[in-house]
Amino acid sequence: MVDTMRLTAREAKKLLVDGEVSSAELTKAYLDRIAAVEDRVHAYILVTADNAAKYSTKVDREMQAMRGPLAGLPIAVKDNMVTEGVTTTCASRILHNYMPVYTATAVRRLWDDHVVMLGKTNLDEFAMGSSTENSGFAVTRNPWDLGTVPGGSSGGSAAAVAAGEALWALGSDTGGSIRQPAALCGVVGMKPTYGLVSRYGLVAFASSLDQIGPLTRSVHDCALLLRHIVGKDPRDATSVVAPAPIELPSAERLDGLRVGIPREYLAAGIEPGVRARFEEAVALIEELGGRCVEVSLPHTEYALPAYYIIAPAEASANLARFDGVRYGYRAADADDVVTMYERTRGEGFGPEVKRRIMIGTYALSAGYYEAYYGRAQRVRTLVRRDFTDVFGEVDLVASPTSPTVAFPVGARAADPLAMYVSDVCTIPANLAGLPALSIPCGLSDGLPVGFQFVGPAFSENRVLDAAHALETALGFTATPSLGGAEAALSQSGGAEAASPTGDAASAPPEGTAS
Amino acid sequence: MTGGDAAVRGADRIVRGMRGDWEAVIGLEVHVELDTATKMFCSCAVTKGDPPNTHTCPVCLAHPGALPVVNQRAVEYATRIALALDCTVPPRNVFHRKNYFYPDLPKAYQISQYDEPLAVDGCFDYWSGDEKLRCRIDRVHMEEDAAKLIHAGGETGRITGSEYSLVDFNRGGTPLVEIVTEPDIPSPAAARDFLQQLRELVIELGVSECNMEEGQVRWDANISVRPAGSSTLGTRTELKNMNSFRFLQQALESELPRQVGILEAGGTVEQETLHFDPETGTTTPLRSKEEAHDYRYFPEPDLVPLAMDPAWVEEVRASLPELPLARVARFAEQYGLSRADARVIAGPGALARFYEAVVAQGVDPKLAANWTMGEYLAHLNAAGLEPGHGHVTPERLAALVRLVADGVVSTSAAKDVFTKMIEERAEPAAIVAKHGLGRISDSAALGPVVAEVVAANPSQVEQYRGGKRQVLGFFVGQVMKATGGRADPAVVNELLQKALDG
Repeated sequence: MVDTMRLTAREAKKLLVDGEVSSAELTKAYLDRIAAVEDRVHAYILVTADNAAKYSTKVDREMQAMRGPLAGLPIAVKDNMVTEGVTTTCASRILHNYMPVYTATAVRRLWDDHVVMLGKTNLDEFAMGSSTENSGFAVTRNPWDLGTVPGGSSGGSAAAVAAGEALWALGSDTGGSIRQPAALCGVVGMKPTYGLVSRYGLVAFASSLDQIGPLTRSVHDCALLLRHIVGKDPRDATSVVAPAPIELPSAERLDGLRVGIPREYLAAGIEPGVRARFEEAVALIEELGGRCVEVSLPHTEYALPAYYIIAPAEASANLARFDGVRYGYRAADADDVVTMYERTRGEGFGPEVKRRIMIGTYALSAGYYEAYYGRAQRVRTLVRRDFTDVFGEVDLVASPTSPTVAFPVGARAADPLAMYVSDVCTIPANLAGLPALSIPCGLSDGLPVGFQFVGPAFSENRVLDAAHALETALGFTATPSLGGAEAALSQSGGAEAASPTGDAASAPPEGTAS
Repeated sequence: MTGGDAAVRGADRIVRGMRGDWEAVIGLEVHVELDTATKMFCSCAVTKGDPPNTHTCPVCLAHPGALPVVNQRAVEYATRIALALDCTVPPRNVFHRKNYFYPDLPKAYQISQYDEPLAVDGCFDYWSGDEKLRCRIDRVHMEEDAAKLIHAGGETGRITGSEYSLVDFNRGGTPLVEIVTEPDIPSPAAARDFLQQLRELVIELGVSECNMEEGQVRWDANISVRPAGSSTLGTRTELKNMNSFRFLQQALESELPRQVGILEAGGTVEQETLHFDPETGTTTPLRSKEEAHDYRYFPEPDLVPLAMDPAWVEEVRASLPELPLARVARFAEQYGLSRADARVIAGPGALARFYEAVVAQGVDPKLAANWTMGEYLAHLNAAGLEPGHGHVTPERLAALVRLVADGVVSTSAAKDVFTKMIEERAEPAAIVAKHGLGRISDSAALGPVVAEVVAANPSQVEQYRGGKRQVLGFFVGQVMKATGGRADPAVVNELLQKALDG
């Protein structure tokens, strides 16, 4: 039997190779798990059960032709990566019926490796949020406590892996959208160096910050998945040739590794439980032979405000194409094109997306550009320089991934600023374009705590090695119970609609996220 | 000429108002569609006349997740234009997003360039009348064209009054180069000359056919007036999206007295965008400055800044063909042509090449120039042909010129031969033989004709013999007429004098 709650991709691959299990059986185990718990977790916007079953059978049958390191392994994909023939919604009503005509490069690379796609996971609408409550269709629940959020915006992918609804998953990270949900759901999540993974087919939120990356159950799996999606893509001008191939990590010691702990990250707002787990992990690093020192990233306090100028500014242009003319939702019965635009966008976008479009539009407006966008770009340069300076002294930077553990559904939904602070430790790596990874480092009040490593550009192998050694030493094996369901149901007031879980590209129901 | 208190006189720089003299200050923004095989940011083919929406892809339809990639050939073509305009090409340039909603712009932003364009600080020398003028070039930048809108169901084809609009995305994403001048152009006629000669230059560079009907060249003009001799700049108005040289000149000529009239009446010119109606010959406001777009330019994050390798730029520079202005100077020098003749022949590259092919046959360059500018150019205009096309090859025209130079045919008979060369698609010598168009120098053949003319005009004979020697010209003319212009004038003169004096 396949234990979807614990199985890693590495183990699953061995089972396949040894003939212990077929791809069809493996895939079915996840589809069964989805069927059993999805109505409580809402990790998926669309489960492509029939396709997955058919394709896994095909992989089994044509094993000779369809072999490869990932062949037959099932995966979940965040629903902001376009997939030809499978609706891609970005959890937005404005794309509720959008059927892509091509496939994102990162996903295409996995398909070419004969990976089996289980479905498309939930997210904050257009990846804007830190709780997956901003989905236009459903609120994803944290499997560790269904009354809490899974983090976001890749909350669906993180929850799917944590709940055993996926072996592993792809997410995207603009300001922490892979690492923060990974931390809150007790899984591994990595944002690679900007440019390492093609963004072609990733529906853009903030183009200069977005990166696709893995959410997995182990650091080894993270490296395994990453190595199959990296590479220069002629369709993405910002993608680069990786200076070195991604290696599968094997380090058990951290001898001589210099780890910097930025004092600014620990200055305020870190929950005591999170701080305690983090400090225990730091002590472990020392035991493994590493040397942890306090360092300073002096412009950290400006990173968050700069991010909330740059990201919305880019988003305001990126989301302007959703106008109802060529695809997606179109408001009915408008008398002229301007009215059609206004109503389509007014009805199609949720409140957080509208908020960011307005902020971004304002920040780019004549007379305000220099004061906001221009200044934010200068801050970005300073944040980047902070890291360059620090990496002259240390090999990696470490911090808690999120200042808090998972918070209750609804707790921050009414206060955007409180929500934005969730990303204070993750945003600087996006502004600087650096690789960053989160691993679980224990529980606080029964909820996972994430530990983040940030490395210099293209130091993925160093980050993965260090994380692997620490992961091994930590020996985190706890799994979520999918408890707290009653609390979840009482909080959502029963108004929440289930996400569609069939193959049919039906329009998702009305969302309830406020 | 339109109303107003002032009148404009063609190329004359001075606009005479009621209270004094004014001068025009004109600047242009010229858009040129490049003839690349594929679009600016995707690999869809650039085509003309194909069924609508057959050359589209996720990138040029702005599907979610699609990303632009710069067309290297377009960069090369744009660089050719920039270098031909003597611009500086900085080591890097940056694409920006220009944001506005319109159904012909699927991303709702145009990828263009803003404060770090491809090239800056150039100049273009052009002829206007007998004057060589210099216009400084502010910048040359790259961008993508919008899709084509077809407004259906209305009478005018404009959006107002139409029932619905159709979008053809085939054109969307076509590479465009924008050339922005300084306001250095002194008159509507000079603006027209500038554009015509700029178009010839771009064609010469081989980067665009600059087909006017297909809108491959379009421009915006901005215009203001100031007291003659002043160096201040007045408030300008803008004429958008024109693609006819004639209408441009007309529009500017109508706008100048309007502005002068306003200013002389003590008013102020509104900064606004105008539409020129060729039917009425007047301009009407489209939108004012207050309604102007805020395009919210910001650097395009999907593209990295373009690094321009100086060695590559020099390669492009070295590959430039001889430019029209230099060619005019060379033709004047090398072939002994007047400036005016050299400009006519050496300005358009195709005509210059034709001419040089004629001269290469070893005929007299001046005579060849007269025939190229005269009969040949008239034939091209009448037939709507580009130089080098049609049945008059350089070899045939050279053969005809040689017949004239050698005295085999007279000039007027040669014009007949030329016409028949087109009609009969034959060699000039064959036509001369077939139609008996050769020069008649034989006194035995001309004698009877002379005798006849003398006999038929007794009063003129009287006058001549009475001392009015200039009447000889009349007799020569009569003989020429009788021989279809084929008679050798020297022989005719000799025979006439003998007959009249004798």
